[in-house]
This record gives sequence, C-alpha cells and structure tokens, in this order.
Amino acid sequence: METIIQLFNLDKKYGAVHAVDNLSFTIQKGTVYGILGPNGSGKSTTLGMLLNVVNPTSGTFNWFDGQMSTHDALKRVGAIIERPNFYPYMSAAQNLELVCKIKGITTDKINEKLELVNLLERRNDKFRTYSLGMKQRLAIASALLNDPEILILDEPTNGLDPKGIQEIRHIIKYISQQGTTILLASHLLDEVEKVCSHVVILQKGKKLYEGRTDLMTQSHGFVELKAEGDVEKLTSILLNFKGIEKIEKENEMILAYLNLDINTGQLNQYLFENGIVVSHLKMSKPSLEQRFLVLTE
Amino acid sequence: MWRLLQIELHKIRHHRGSKFLIISYFFLLTSLALIASIKFDIGPIKFHLAEQGIFNFPYIWHLNTFLASILKIFLMLVIVSMMSNEYSNNTLKQNLIDGLSKKEFVLSKFYTVILFALISTIFVAITTFILGMIYSDYTEWPIIFTDLEYLISYFIKLVAFFSFGLFLGVLVKRSAFAIGALFLWFIIESIFIGLMRWNWKIENYDHYTQFLPLNAMSNLIKEPFTRFNAVKSVAQQIGETIQKDFSVQFTDILIVIFWIILFTYSTYYILMKRDL
Repeated sequence: METIIQLFNLDKKYGAVHAVDNLSFTIQKGTVYGILGPNGSGKSTTLGMLLNVVNPTSGTFNWFDGQMSTHDALKRVGAIIERPNFYPYMSAAQNLELVCKIKGITTDKINEKLELVNLLERRNDKFRTYSLGMKQRLAIASALLNDPEILILDEPTNGLDPKGIQEIRHIIKYISQQGTTILLASHLLDEVEKVCSHVVILQKGKKLYEGRTDLMTQSHGFVELKAEGDVEKLTSILLNFKGIEKIEKENEMILAYLNLDINTGQLNQYLFENGIVVSHLKMSKPSLEQRFLVLTE
Repeated sequence: MWRLLQIELHKIRHHRGSKFLIISYFFLLTSLALIASIKFDIGPIKFHLAEQGIFNFPYIWHLNTFLASILKIFLMLVIVSMMSNEYSNNTLKQNLIDGLSKKEFVLSKFYTVILFALISTIFVAITTFILGMIYSDYTEWPIIFTDLEYLISYFIKLVAFFSFGLFLGVLVKRSAFAIGALFLWFIIESIFIGLMRWNWKIENYDHYTQFLPLNAMSNLIKEPFTRFNAVKSVAQQIGETIQKDFSVQFTDILIVIFWIILFTYSTYYILMKRDL
C-alpha cells in the first residue's frame, strides 16, 4: 500500500507544555483517518507540524515516502485548519486564483469546485461579506482545487450552526466516496465514528490508541435489563447463564457484560423458566464515546 | 522568480488601499518636475532658481533623486501593510499550507520591493531627463551622463528602506505599530547622533554614525541645496566656507547593501523561528 505520510517520534514543547509527545503513526492511501482527542491534546499542533507552520522540537516526518520537500508535498495536499484564512478584500474567485498560483496549477477548476460547495453564485463577492459557513465551504473548495491526494481537516465543523455542520459533513462524505484519503482531527466522537475507518487517539500529546475504528468498539457488548424482585437472586441466576461475564448495577438497570455472542430470546426464556419476569431487555454495544472515555480516564 | 512576483502582485492588485497609494506615488513622482519648477519660481526665495541653473545637468540628477526619495514613505506604507496584513489575516499560515515555503514567501516580498524600486528609478530617470532637456543650460551628452551614480544610489536607497519595512512588518506584525517603530527608530538614531556630536563631543562622530541604517541611507544622497552655487556664494559672502563632499561614496553603498542583506535575512530568520 502507498504511504502518504509517516511520523517518527514527533515532539513539540511550548516552554513547559509538552504539546506533542513522541508521536509516531503512518497514514496509508485510500483510508479515512481520524485524530481524536479532547481540546488541547495536541491535534492541531501535530497537523501544524505536518503542514509546515509549526517547527517540531524533535523528530521527523515524511511526505510521500520522503521523495520531496514538505512545501512541494503540500502542493499535492488540501488542508483546512481551524478557521478559514483568506484575503478579506478579494472575492472568492480571486482568492482561489491566488491559491492556484501558489500551488502551480491552472485556474480552470475554480468554478467546478465552487459549484461543489454551492458558492458559484457568490463567486464575485468579497470574502469579508461571507458567513462563517460560507467561509468554511470556500476553504473546502480551496483545499480541493488541486484534486489532492490527501485532504486534511482540522475541526471542520467548529463553530458552525446545525445546517452548516450538515453541509460540511455531506461534502466530506462525498469526497471520501471519491476515494480521497482524509485525515480528520476532531473532538466530536460521533463525527469521527461516522466518517473514519481508522483512528489515532491522543491525550496530552501522547498516543493512546491507533487502529481501526470498528476494532476499537468491538466487543460482545452488554445486555441492559430491568426486573422486579430480589436483585441478589437475579444476579446469581444471570451469572449462571453461559456468556455472561459480569454484572453491574446502574440505577434501576442491571447491566450484564458478555463474553460470548448470545441470543436475547434465549436469555429471556431462561429467566422466565427461573421465575423472573423482565420489564426491560436490550442488547447494546459500547459507543466510541464510552470507549474513548475509558481510554482517556 | 516570475511565479513569486506574480503571487505578490496578485495580492496587491486587488487591495484598494495599496492601489490608491501606489497610483498617488507614481503620480507625484512624475509630477515632481512640475512641482519643482512651480515651487522654486514663486517661492519667497529672492533669486530665480530656474535661471540660476537649478535644473542644470548634471546637478539635476542629484536634486531630483533627493527630492524623489522623500516620496518613498508612500510605498513604505504599502510594503509594511502587505507584510503585516499577512499576519492579521492569518494568510501567511494559509500560504504555507498551500505549498509556499517560508523562503519563497520572503523572496516574493523582496522581489516586489526590487520591482518597486526599479520602476521608481526608471520614472525618476525619465522625468529628470525630460526636465533637464527643457531647462538645463548644458545639453551636451557627456555632461548629461555625468553623475548618473545618483540613480544607482537612489535605487539602493529605496531597496534598503523597503527591506527595513519588510523587517519591521514581520517583527511587529501590525502595520500601524510597524510605522510607529520606524519613527521610533528614526528618533533614537537622531538622538544618538546628537549625543555623540554635542554631548560626548566625539570628534569624527560620523565615522561611527555612518553605520546606522537610516543615517547610512540618507548619506547615499546628501542634501543637494548647500551644493548649489547660489547658496554657496551667499555663504561665502558672510564668511563661511562650505566644504562637503556631495558625491556618491562607495563605502556608503557598501554599508547600505550590508543593511539590505541583514534586514532581508533577519526577516527570513524570524519567520523560520516563529510558530504560526
């Protein structure tokens, strides 16, 4: 598989703050990666280093197997960081023309990309007249001008209203369907869970987890149930059922953690045969959020 | 190089304020001839300057490059704001992310500075030549082409001044404060020279002060008025002798080139060191 970017022991200190701590990971072509972490966990600093705007304290990184300098590699990359930065006095089209000049590409894709983000009609309006949602969409159009091999997005829905968030998510989904590699940094777990096939989880600059998103949430899950009567008796009966590993109580609910795949129908029948009638029985899988909270505890 | 220049010109071309200042600047530069002739004809000065040979070759090269260099502050505003706006709009960060290297970023500004200085020099050369051909008492070719080194001085002076602007723009990050810093620097330099000359009574103080950046730039083209014959004769009548070398000094040029390199490299160094 083709490697887009590799990080080797990347480290960044801001005075006493250790923003990124000895971070290494690899991004392969054709995957959608998420960098997940609470605010201040070093996501933006990591991307800043990859994008040539933050100087690493130590460690290295390679774009495209290290065949070219970072700034040349960035001409093949599309990136949006935190908030959209354009020249306020230029129109959308003029701003994009400038990006084309910097990237060394022709200007003939400008209208196509503006159409994709639904800004074609406003192409000649000055950037400063745009709403935040429009600015963010223009940033996406700008990042796509060179049909990038990888699209880097840092908190792309930050500060947007629900409609704006939805628009951006649609665009990201559409782009990932085209087979473009995406690196998405976010603290919004459902966003990452929906879009990304792989995640890197950061906390205080350290890597906590790296791997497939579905493997991270993979487990046999748990059964949520509620029943009248003696809790002690219920617990011992449940623990005798093959596949139940552990019982926890959460308010009125009993959570039975599983170590095998079970059938809730059989469990229900088993309980009934033992004289227990349940008023609530539900099979659940842990969400990425729960896994994330466990990991970052 | 052409690509970098195009990038910078694209940024300036669409900026209304910069466009206004640049157009005003070149308008003033071309009408320098006009202003000069009117001003000296109707001023409170007792003798007719035009007849006294103020527009004579080769003196006019000295006079006009000196007067024209006063106008450079107009372009300075454009240059400082084109640098500091990249910070306030965060577009410097975006430029780097889009694939411009920090070196290319500084070079694109520096090439623009050279372009501005070059166009200004050509403008001044043409207006001065035309003005001289009209008013000068001597229009023989060898005399016309004497003292052309003032044009070289003028060019280097502009490049140095604008490089200083780029440096201040990067250092201070805000246009207004960068211009403020320029004035502050000027005042500090003046006070320092004054102290050396009057308080510390250092003989040959100009041996040391010639290395100060703004002083070095102004030494490139010395004020032309006391050189003028008419003034000289007045001074002689009241018993004062003016002995000053008005020609372009090679050491002055070297000092200023040193400052250009230092300012441009420092601009690059600050950018390299800074995280955005």
